[in-house]
Formats: sequence, structure tokens, C-alpha cells
Amino acid sequence: MENIRISLPLDPQQVKTLRAGDTVLLTGTLYTGRDAAHKRLVACIERGEPLPIPLENQLIYYVGPAPASPGHAVGSAGPTTSYRMDAYTPALLERGLLGMMGKGKRGPAVIEAMKKRGAVYFGAVGGAAALISRRIESAEVVAYEDLGAEAIHRFVVRDFPALVLIDSLGNNLYELGPAQYRTDGAQA
Amino acid sequence: MREIQAAQIRDTVRSLILQASYVIGDDVRSRVAGCLAEEPSPSGRAVLSQLLENYDIARQERIAICQDTGMCVVFLDIGQDVHIAGGDLTQAVNDAVRSAYSEGYLRKSVVGDPLFARVNTKDNTPAVLHTRIVPGENVSILVSPKGFGSENMSAVKMLVVAEGVEGVVRFVVDTVKNAGPNPCPPVIVGVGIGGTMEKAAELAKRMTARPVDQPNEDPRYAALEERILNEINALGIGPAGIGGRTSALKVSIATYPTHIAGLPVAVNLCCHAARHAQALL
Repeated sequence: MENIRISLPLDPQQVKTLRAGDTVLLTGTLYTGRDAAHKRLVACIERGEPLPIPLENQLIYYVGPAPASPGHAVGSAGPTTSYRMDAYTPALLERGLLGMMGKGKRGPAVIEAMKKRGAVYFGAVGGAAALISRRIESAEVVAYEDLGAEAIHRFVVRDFPALVLIDSLGNNLYELGPAQYRTDGAQA
Repeated sequence: MREIQAAQIRDTVRSLILQASYVIGDDVRSRVAGCLAEEPSPSGRAVLSQLLENYDIARQERIAICQDTGMCVVFLDIGQDVHIAGGDLTQAVNDAVRSAYSEGYLRKSVVGDPLFARVNTKDNTPAVLHTRIVPGENVSILVSPKGFGSENMSAVKMLVVAEGVEGVVRFVVDTVKNAGPNPCPPVIVGVGIGGTMEKAAELAKRMTARPVDQPNEDPRYAALEERILNEINALGIGPAGIGGRTSALKVSIATYPTHIAGLPVAVNLCCHAARHAQALL
């Protein structure tokens, strides 16, 4: 499979061309966030306060990295399960977010909001965390430092391996992929 | 009466946590390599190759296999002829967790109150400690740091007795099917059947640590493990849930006598970063 090279922040025109199942290499700047940080971001939006990070055309990676050992930018840093962010994602897409990266299924409300925004959901391989950490060149905490591993980090990544799980049309690799290999005779 | 110092238990638990976090068991690595050879899906093979490479990087560089270094579950089988001296046993285990997670660059993932405050304890304590008093004068220690991607997809159900074998198969397969990509497949499926609600859950947890090349000693249950594994792998979930044949590495069943009116079944899922280490003092 040919890897598609993607620069971060994302380009809305390029995102529209991506299809579920495409493998990509990400290079540039992204932000991290998990449940606790998402809760605070959405609370900020609801109160009409300024956000601590830009959202326009940005990619949020759902990760709480392990601490960096000496000589490394970051410790192991694989994706966390995305459905825990579902309650918050549509509000962030409305404010300009263009991509998310994690692992696992998304709810129908998130997929609808993605189609409306023309956004993409990338997956990194859950558990391949030591390997992934080598593609992260720098990491710094930019907001909510008190949350520890759940703080918002800015990562600079180079050739970060990912694949398109759900594209801007709503095509879903978690439905398309397993359907090809089901042998139990049941309907998907 | 044999005397064992609490500090010795602390130091052993500490080194087991580090070993489990950095070094995957040979049984799991071999099974993943074997599945790679059999996996028909190209993207599934790509995922399995990444997992093998990831195990090797973690072992060589002594960094965490997965960033979710888990809540630390510790099983202690304590010989009844042992006297633990020089301190509080629970504190010794928590001291081990504190030291391993801070000095080993492991993520601290525990919150003190589960519902209201949810403030991180910042040292990954407390551990979940299971103790049993057994004959003899040894202490057997099993350390099992448990990530929550897979823990969250686990389930317990009190089946109606009439549901029988088919009911058990359906519940286990459906639990894995509903979890889909979330628990980081290929998973290890720990199953506890019988006892009471909490007994079944504890058996299921213990089964996530049984070597994947070791079937149940009872041929009926060994056959049931095989049957459930085959049904899971027919679901098409595949490595990372993006399609393929390798959805589970192993189904391990443990049983316990139960009540005439009951058939408790617990399913504890464990991701491919199946981290365990044990020692005998």
C-alpha cells in the first residue's frame, strides 16, 4: 500500500480526498487531548472563553503519553480509545477542528458532525506505543498541566504512521474491513 | 515458620512491574508471530508486524510496551507457614508500585476517587491486591498491570442455568464482538465460569495471565476454549479491528463449583500487550 504524505495542520482540500483504509504518514504539529482536557475545552466554549489551543484545521491525537526517559522527547505514546471523547467532539468540529486520531469506534453523532465539517478520523495502532514514540520529535505541555499525562501537549511528528478509519463521507473502515473477513455467516 | 521481610516482597513486586511493562512473554510473542504467518488480510499483517517490532523496541530500550501501563493488579499466594515481618504487606506492595512507576518512566493512571473528584494519585497507587493463604512456606507473586482499553470492554453475566453451554459461548463471543476494535485486538479472552459473581470475575482475571500455549486440563473445557476461539476469529474483527482472521490469541477458561440456581460467567479481555510477570519467594 502506498503511503499518502500529510502535512499538519491539515489541508481541508486534501482531507476531502482521503478514503477509509488509506495509509498515511503525518508530519508537522498536532495537539493531544483525552477525556479530562476535552471536558475543559468544551466548558470553555460554553462559557464563551478563549481556548488555550488553536482548533482551525488542527488534528487532536487522543493520547496520554508515558513519561520520557532521558534522551527521548516522549515515552510510549499510542492511541487511547476514542468513544470516551464522543460527547465533546462535535462541539470542537464546529469550532474548526478538522481531524482526530485515536483507536476504536465513534458514535453516529460524531460521524454526522464529521461529514458536515468535512473532517477525518485517523487511527494509530493501539499498543504499538514504543514504536510510535520514535516518530515524535518534540513534546511540550501547552495547557492544563495539572492533568499530568492528560494535559494538552503539542507534538511535532515526522512520518507518523496512521490510517484513515472514517473519512469525510462517513465511510468506516471498522465496518468495511471486518465485512471482508467474516466467515460466521451472519450479516454485519 | 519461615520469616520473609516485607521489604523483600516490595523489591520483588517492583522488579516484576518493570519486567512486565517492558518485556512481553515469549508465549504471547510466539503466538502473535504464528498468527502473522496465517493472517490473510494485508492490513492485518501490517498491524501484527508493527506489534512484533513494538515488543522488540520496548524490550531492547526498556520502555513501556504500551503507554497505558495500567492499574497494577497483584496476586499473592502466601504460605500459611510464612510470617511477614518488618512492615505492612499492603504498604509494601504500594511502595513497590510507587517506586516502579516513578523510576521506570511508567504512566500514572490511577484516580483517588472514582466518581466525584477523579484526581490523579500521581504515583499509580493503590494496587488491586488479591491474597490467598495456601499450604507451605513460600510466597508466590503474580503481577499484572492492566490497561483499561480492554478492561472497559469486559463483562459479567449471571446466566440462567438452562442457557447452558450455548449460552456461555454466545455471551463470550458477543462480548468480544461488541467490543470490536476498542480492546486492541488480537485479545486474550479470560473466562471465569461458576462460583459467585465476584468469584467468576476473579477467575477471569487470573485467566488473562495463563500462558497462551496452555489449554484447560479438562478436555471438555479445552475443547470449549478452542470452539469459542474459532467463533471469535470468524467474526472478521482482525488485528486492530480493521479486518482479518486474528481477533483473539487465546481463550482461557477457569471454573469453580456454583449454586444449584446459578451459572455466573465473567469475561475479562486483555489486549495484545498482555503484561504479566511472576516470582516465587
